[in-house]
Amino acid sequence: MNLKRTIGLIAAASYLFLHVPLLVLIVFSFNSSRFTAWEGFSLKWYAAVLADERMLKATWNSLIIAFVSTIFAAAVGTLAAYGMWKKKAPVLEGSLYVSLITPEIVTGVSLLAFFQWLFHYMDVRLGMHTVILAHITFSIAYVVIVVAARLKTMDGTLEEAALDLGANHWEAFWRVTLPNLIPGVIAAALLAFTISFDDYVITAMVAGIDSETLPMVIYGMARKGVSPAVNAISAIIVVGIGVLIVASERLQHE
Amino acid sequence: MPPVLELRSVSKHFPTHVAVRDVSLTIDRGKLFALLGPSGCGKTTTLRMVAGFEIPTSGQVLLNGSDIAPLPPYERNVTTVFQNYALFPHLTAKQNIEFGLRRKGAPDLDQKVAQVLDLVQMKGKEERKPARLSGGEKQRIALARALVLEPDVLLLDEPLSALDPKLRKQVRSELKALQRRVGITFIIVTHDQEEAMMLADEVALMHKGVIAQLGTPEDIYLRPANRFVANFLGAVNWLGEFGVRPEAIRITRDLLPTGDRCRPASVETVMFLGNSFHVQAKLSDGRSVVTEVSRLEKPFAPAERVRVWWNQEDEIHLPPESA
Amino acid sequence: MNRLRFWTLVPARALNFLFFLVPMGIVVLYSLMTRGPYGGQAPPFNLDNYVRLADPLYLTILLRSFWIAGISTFFAMLLGFPLALFIANSGKSRSMYLNLVMLPFWTSFLVRTYAWMFLLRDTGLINSGLMALGVIREPLPMLYNDAAVVLGLVYGYLPFMVLPIYSTLEKLDPSLLEAAADLGATPWVSLWRVTVPLALPGIVAGSILVFIPCLGAYLTPDLLGGGKSVMIGNVVQNQFTTARDWPFGASLSLVLTGLVMVLLWLFVRKGGDKYL
Repeated sequence: MNLKRTIGLIAAASYLFLHVPLLVLIVFSFNSSRFTAWEGFSLKWYAAVLADERMLKATWNSLIIAFVSTIFAAAVGTLAAYGMWKKKAPVLEGSLYVSLITPEIVTGVSLLAFFQWLFHYMDVRLGMHTVILAHITFSIAYVVIVVAARLKTMDGTLEEAALDLGANHWEAFWRVTLPNLIPGVIAAALLAFTISFDDYVITAMVAGIDSETLPMVIYGMARKGVSPAVNAISAIIVVGIGVLIVASERLQHE
Repeated sequence: MPPVLELRSVSKHFPTHVAVRDVSLTIDRGKLFALLGPSGCGKTTTLRMVAGFEIPTSGQVLLNGSDIAPLPPYERNVTTVFQNYALFPHLTAKQNIEFGLRRKGAPDLDQKVAQVLDLVQMKGKEERKPARLSGGEKQRIALARALVLEPDVLLLDEPLSALDPKLRKQVRSELKALQRRVGITFIIVTHDQEEAMMLADEVALMHKGVIAQLGTPEDIYLRPANRFVANFLGAVNWLGEFGVRPEAIRITRDLLPTGDRCRPASVETVMFLGNSFHVQAKLSDGRSVVTEVSRLEKPFAPAERVRVWWNQEDEIHLPPESA
Repeated sequence: MNRLRFWTLVPARALNFLFFLVPMGIVVLYSLMTRGPYGGQAPPFNLDNYVRLADPLYLTILLRSFWIAGISTFFAMLLGFPLALFIANSGKSRSMYLNLVMLPFWTSFLVRTYAWMFLLRDTGLINSGLMALGVIREPLPMLYNDAAVVLGLVYGYLPFMVLPIYSTLEKLDPSLLEAAADLGATPWVSLWRVTVPLALPGIVAGSILVFIPCLGAYLTPDLLGGGKSVMIGNVVQNQFTTARDWPFGASLSLVLTGLVMVLLWLFVRKGGDKYL
């Protein structure tokens, strides 16, 4: 058996395995039938998505949550990665690692328990704000990892040069380190955005009645298992995120 | 007027080792001073303490007579040309040069930048980003960036090591000429003894965190304080209590009367080096000596019987290092 | 060093403490309490919830979770190693092939899981297609079983296997394979005697990286297992929602987290974090 051909065959099969399900999903979002037999091209499921108030509201919620939590997580995570750059912060680093690998369902129930406990003392409810706080917290670890990787490849003497030329620590960070970190920060923000936009498990635990997100709606519909409208919204998500990824790749390689 | 820079009993302890131990030295205004030594000798740590990147564990760093040891780098009028130049990649050459001036809020930016670009002969390339500059050009911009602030002392960390060997010799003489023109005190850190001797007015040779010898290049080359200094600055043929450098040993076919400074020998190996030969000859007591012979002389052949001789003033009298 | 560094760490420390460490602390506290008459938690404090974990019902689920995570890791390795090898050997197209692995990974996990439901369910594409072709008359039960869960997990976490293996293979000196060939090894022998041993750290790192999320999986067994293929994550969720036994759910959460942390510790100790 030819080794090269065998490897090539397995790789080809793997690529089909990775891409065919999503491609099929997208193709059938244009199917005019509500059943899984192809009957003809139609945009009616996209129209159905646009007419679905609940889905639109949930999409809007998801966008707000992802946007706000990304901005905060990117800022907080970038600062933290910078703080851990030249001198270790083992406690924070360890805690972030653990937060990263803790099963989502456990993070979700712990936040649920925490907020319930907090509500004994404060008059607040579950809602957008609790979701956003949860998302910021779990996104920080991702941002730190991506930005720290970028910092690792950065020349540490740049900052010394800035200090040497009369910049104080803050100016050195703001005018020299940060501008050189921007591609890493953008990549990190993008990762945080997609993770936040996609999250179901933690979100479902800490969301209130007025803060239903798109993944929560998709989850509900998927379980019931009927409408091809799910295919349509899925296709929109896949293409939307795909465009974001490609754009950021371009941006980073400039 | 106090000297521009003085170190008084400066030490730097790291958790794992002592990098600099009780170093004292004085550098006069306008001098080109070299900190020379093998890697790990403490020369870079010394430089970093002058720049402000390290704070001495003890001792004083006096700039124009006042102690700057505890000050951060941005509060001392000392600038550095980094080994890798550390040009800001997101800024153009011009913006790199302006960086320090802007931090100070200095007036007449354009005029100062133009002057210094002229000085380092980099007019016309100021809008380029560092990625589009050659190694030599990067070095000029790094120099310009540090010089434009008119520092009391300019520090250069292995300034020639990132250049290719051919360019290095050319830049070396340019650097010395530049220093003479601007009159600013330069301190150069280097591990290359030839570079230090050619460039510097005064050299401090460091070894294991202390200054092994301080003096002019002639001083330390001709009158080394100990065998480490003698060996670091160039090859020495050690003949018991004293040594003679290869270029000071003559080799001849003439049957000179033998004595303490003229001994019979037989040629062992002959190495052609282009502009000269290195001839290794064995003395009757079994020791070998290496001599440098001009290419213009008639070549020696292995096993040839010869005399080697030297003058008394070329002997370096130093006892063998005990442990 | 300087005050700036101190302040850069403050926001992350505060958020991580308040919204990760404190909630986990509350879970620890609850796990030592007892379920109240109307749900919730109340004293007395004891270890009963942990003793209850020894119940064969939960032990079985724990072992099942390990089994499913292990099988998924195995299949991910079976696909991931050749895939990584293929990418590493594809010269200038390396980054394109690598991006092709990563692209679906970046898109929604939920959507990707849903895509398999769309393919596998009774009225799904595969069954409809086979029935339309007359191959089968009754739909094949492909969804809501262990196989579907394993499929979903392999699909979801394959990149975690590919990336570390690829990064070890990428650094492999090609002259080693030339040397092996020169010494008489066939390509298969070189693969087994040179490439695999040298890629082993990457394979181990990848396996742990896949195993960890598989063990704690919730969404995949929930959607593709449909309550018939249950893992620990689903029991945790159930205890906090339908069953309303928070103290027991808390103890389960901690055991799950503890297991995952042991795996992470192994991973870091093996130096696996440098393959990320």
